[in-house]
Amino acid sequence: MKIIVSVKQVPSRDSALKVNAKGTWLDESDLSFEMNEPDAYALEEALQLKEKLGGEVVVLSAGPSRITQTIREALAKGADRAIHVSVDDEGTLDALVTAGMLAKALEGESPDLILTGLQSDDLGYGQTGVVLAELLGFAHATIVMEVEPLGNTVRVKRELEDGWFQNVVLPLPAVLTIQSGIKKLRYATLMGIKKAKTKEVKVVKAAAAKPGAKIEHVYLPQRSKQSQILSGDPKEVAKQLVEKLKFEARVL
Amino acid sequence: MSVFVVLEQNGGKWNRMSFEALAAGRKISEALSVPLRAIVIGAAVDSLAKEAAAYPVEKVIAVTHDLLAHYTPDGYTAALEQLIQASKPEAVVFPHTYQVRDYAPKLATRLAKPFVSDVVDVKFEGSQLSFVRQLFQGKLSANVVTTGEPRFVSVQAGAFRSVEAAGGGASVEVFAPELDASKIRSKPEDPFREAQRSVDLSAAELIVSVGRGIKEKDNLHVVEELAQVLGAELAASRPICDNGWLPMERQVGSSGQTVAPKVYFAVGISGAIQHLVGMKGSKMVVAINKDENAPIFETADYGIVGDLFEVVPALIDAIKKAKES
Repeated sequence: MKIIVSVKQVPSRDSALKVNAKGTWLDESDLSFEMNEPDAYALEEALQLKEKLGGEVVVLSAGPSRITQTIREALAKGADRAIHVSVDDEGTLDALVTAGMLAKALEGESPDLILTGLQSDDLGYGQTGVVLAELLGFAHATIVMEVEPLGNTVRVKRELEDGWFQNVVLPLPAVLTIQSGIKKLRYATLMGIKKAKTKEVKVVKAAAAKPGAKIEHVYLPQRSKQSQILSGDPKEVAKQLVEKLKFEARVL
Repeated sequence: MSVFVVLEQNGGKWNRMSFEALAAGRKISEALSVPLRAIVIGAAVDSLAKEAAAYPVEKVIAVTHDLLAHYTPDGYTAALEQLIQASKPEAVVFPHTYQVRDYAPKLATRLAKPFVSDVVDVKFEGSQLSFVRQLFQGKLSANVVTTGEPRFVSVQAGAFRSVEAAGGGASVEVFAPELDASKIRSKPEDPFREAQRSVDLSAAELIVSVGRGIKEKDNLHVVEELAQVLGAELAASRPICDNGWLPMERQVGSSGQTVAPKVYFAVGISGAIQHLVGMKGSKMVVAINKDENAPIFETADYGIVGDLFEVVPALIDAIKKAKES
């Protein structure tokens, strides 16, 4: 089974985010980056499928040269090779443009499955997998918790809202967006890190089309509700809060 | 010339977020000075279409076909594509549900248009329409403008106040798309629920909820003790339950339970939207988090910026004292 895993590199979860001078995106100068966490779960699912069924796992990622680090991490965890879609301003592109570049880079690959995370932690459009499926003419399913390949089909367990689930059978090839947190993520071993250095990374230059959905202005959210920040040392804030619980909420 | 709002129904029941999307659609239709139309999709939707006609819309379009009895991305996409090609709306608005996340990107791509998902506000300034989205899980906001029509937009839960039925009698028009069973590739089975929930958090008056900030399972005793002195139920955000540190049935959020206690303590929870939709109805929200920019402080009535491992023990002491006196 040949599986493509599409991953994105995003600013690290704990980053202090600063808006750039023009107010159009982040000031990336002091940022550290990491693999988008939902995509890490997609990679884990792909690696486990390969361990069970054999085949190949190919990492696909679009972005500037800094994403090499994320690609190496995926290779160190066990992916066989990678395709780096080299593009400078990936951060602010809409899902249609990004998926278009990814689809183009997959020409000639003919995978059985494409896995990706259900959304990115930066832009959070939550669309890349579905758009990619449509562009490639593949069937798809989103928010997938379990993947069970059955011959030339795949049966997946999807999460619905409010604690409901649904099994769906799809023909291959298919795109699946994987729910986070279902399987435990592996760490790269020393051997894996060493091996990753010899694995193939194909670089495909891409010219990003103009996004149809353009970010015009990025800013700190305005507080919609007047929240009161209690200040002081832990003892003082605890005392203030108890007053509120007692006299305002009347729960003590 | 119109704005479409695609209402969502499952098995004859409305998804309530549909009427929040209708509010966003109304704002767009007023900005563009074009009529607002509600779209209902399914196999037999006569009675739902009549209900929809009581809302303040110019017209209801019932998109019906036997192959739409069960949701499939191929079926819904083909049906709506035909409707949109036939009537060329300026904008198509959806509630940002799991189902919409599954097919709306496909529909917009089919029409070679971007889809602005998970919008929290709509702005109309100098004849330009822009959509406000959250980035980085709510830490930043962005205004997004689109080129080309129709604009495709989905609306985040709780961002707009639902439109109420006004008793108006809008007309109902039926649109019968041409669908081909062989082109519907996914075969959905019946939805199911796993083990019945034994914990009902929806009735709890006090909830202490814990998130990633707790760092390790061995630290849980800190919040368990807080819950105990308060007589509160213990709950958690998704990552805690995914790790197996607390059972899934204690999860609050879009994939867990919806709660409305008198006081909700969010301890070490950053406040991703998937969590917020499950606890927005709380009468008072207290947030304890070390990151002053955490989105949870948007929703909190009282916020404490600090290390939970210092703040929570101090709070436990103070509550004990208050209970003794």
